[in-house]
Amino acid sequence: MTRQTKQTAPQQDRLVTLLIRLSGYSSILLVTLIFIFLMKEGLPALADVGIGELFTDRWYPIEGYFGILPLISGSLIVTLGAMLVSVPLGVGTAIYLSEVAPSSTREVVKPLVEVLAGLPSVVLGFLGIIAAAPLLRRLLDLPTGLTAFAGALLLGLIAIPTIVSIAEDALNTVPAAYRQAALAVGATPWQTIWGVTLPAARSGVLTAVMLGMGRALGETMAVMMVTGNAPTLPHGLDALFMPVRTMTATIASEMGEVATGSAHYQVLFLIGIVLFLFSLVVNVLASSVSFRQRKRAERLLS
Amino acid sequence: MLLLLLVSCRSAAQQQEEAAFYLQNKGSDTMVNLALAWAERYQQENPQVRISVTGGGSGTGIAALMNGTVDLANASRQMKEEELAQAQQAGYSPMEFVVARDAIAVIVHPQNPVDHLTLEQISLIYRGKINNWSEVGGEDRPIVRLSRETNSGTHVYFLETVLRLGNKDDKTIFSADTLLMPSSEGIIAEVSDNPNAIGYDGLGYVTADVKTIAVSADPNGPFVLPSVETVNNGQYPIARDLYMYTLQNPPTGLVKAYLDWLLSPSGQAIVTELGFVPVLTNP
Repeated sequence: MTRQTKQTAPQQDRLVTLLIRLSGYSSILLVTLIFIFLMKEGLPALADVGIGELFTDRWYPIEGYFGILPLISGSLIVTLGAMLVSVPLGVGTAIYLSEVAPSSTREVVKPLVEVLAGLPSVVLGFLGIIAAAPLLRRLLDLPTGLTAFAGALLLGLIAIPTIVSIAEDALNTVPAAYRQAALAVGATPWQTIWGVTLPAARSGVLTAVMLGMGRALGETMAVMMVTGNAPTLPHGLDALFMPVRTMTATIASEMGEVATGSAHYQVLFLIGIVLFLFSLVVNVLASSVSFRQRKRAERLLS
Repeated sequence: MLLLLLVSCRSAAQQQEEAAFYLQNKGSDTMVNLALAWAERYQQENPQVRISVTGGGSGTGIAALMNGTVDLANASRQMKEEELAQAQQAGYSPMEFVVARDAIAVIVHPQNPVDHLTLEQISLIYRGKINNWSEVGGEDRPIVRLSRETNSGTHVYFLETVLRLGNKDDKTIFSADTLLMPSSEGIIAEVSDNPNAIGYDGLGYVTADVKTIAVSADPNGPFVLPSVETVNNGQYPIARDLYMYTLQNPPTGLVKAYLDWLLSPSGQAIVTELGFVPVLTNP
């Protein structure tokens, strides 16, 4: 009896190892297949429409204007704006939850932040179009509230839960001895947080910011509802307070009606490739930052 | 389980046999939702009839009619003379029916003092040549232009009729800072809130929260507000007829029954539901 279980244990191990390996490979396979598909559908646009035509400033696909520069700049403006909102609020919330708040408060606030993460973006978009855009127009005296800034505010809200939960995990993994040592040499709690805890958790916090950025870059519905979708190229710093059209909103609103295989269809897939590359860069940056920082932390500890 | 499947298969097959009357309906993309809604309701009321509706554009529908592959063609424009001649050569005599009308209302905020504009002024606004309400008799406010997305039939019709004033050689497009809204509701919400905004939408979608502009094609007027009456008597300039063409003149059998139903009050009620203007039988 005992002999039998001893014999089956390695077999079970092998089976489980195989399943885990398969699921690991499957995600690599899926990403590769998606990338191949995007390339196959989108790359012909480079030849059919021409690179010169693609990098112009006019997007009006039903008359053959395929300039994607306004769309790229639109996505960048909204994403950077969202980071201005979500990084201070997200990291601040994480510091508060991990370092300052008593555990009773943490038990209330943490689930609330997670509720924010579960809020469908179309609901946020609806709030944005009914409440945020009119309010922004009155407060800032803008021609219209449907601007990149309204989109940035909503995307900030969407990115905050991602940033809070990952940054808080990173802060929690900082050894208690660091804080105790800092306090023991006479640092105030704020000096401890700013000078010791936060730098020690920097890799995790940066990863949190990068992942929040990826979340903001890919968001579609809320952005489509509140940014006004006007494909204009920004001219100055006030671009944040002008309507913009993002890459995601363009794909979402135009893909439904486009003829398969047409130039417009190919360009929409090309925009998909650009988005894919952007989020790839963000993710590679995130992982390289966290990798390098860990090595340095190890060096410090040794 | 298998038995159940067999039974359901058989009943589906029986239904197929019972549906002794088929109708093929193809054409205008502007009309495809309307044609689908009509077909659905008519099939509910007449279960023995099957109507298949496809889009593809007015030209596609008319071409299919000339080949005799459809019974009814939808078109948002009249048949051209050469198309008519081609159909007659093929042995058909197409008959034209106006089944609905399509009108676009130009809307502003209720407190905007501007209440009438010429087509040319609207065109200049959307081209980006007029940028302040004071240039068209309003307050000193910037103009925020709102439009439907480029995939909407309303967008294309507005571009051709208003922006280009019906001139086919004109290649003007919307000013780049025109806000493209994904839905009718988005346009109504922004126009009802923002005194700087101007928008347009299918007449049937306009609510009481916004002010409709009286429009004239002639700079000297008269300026006409869109309504079922002014659209039907041709006074309102941003409106067009939507047509169906039959193979035979006059149509017979199922085609005649279907067209009679479309033009009846219950058929025209669906026209109103979808934001188009019903055809008045006794104008």
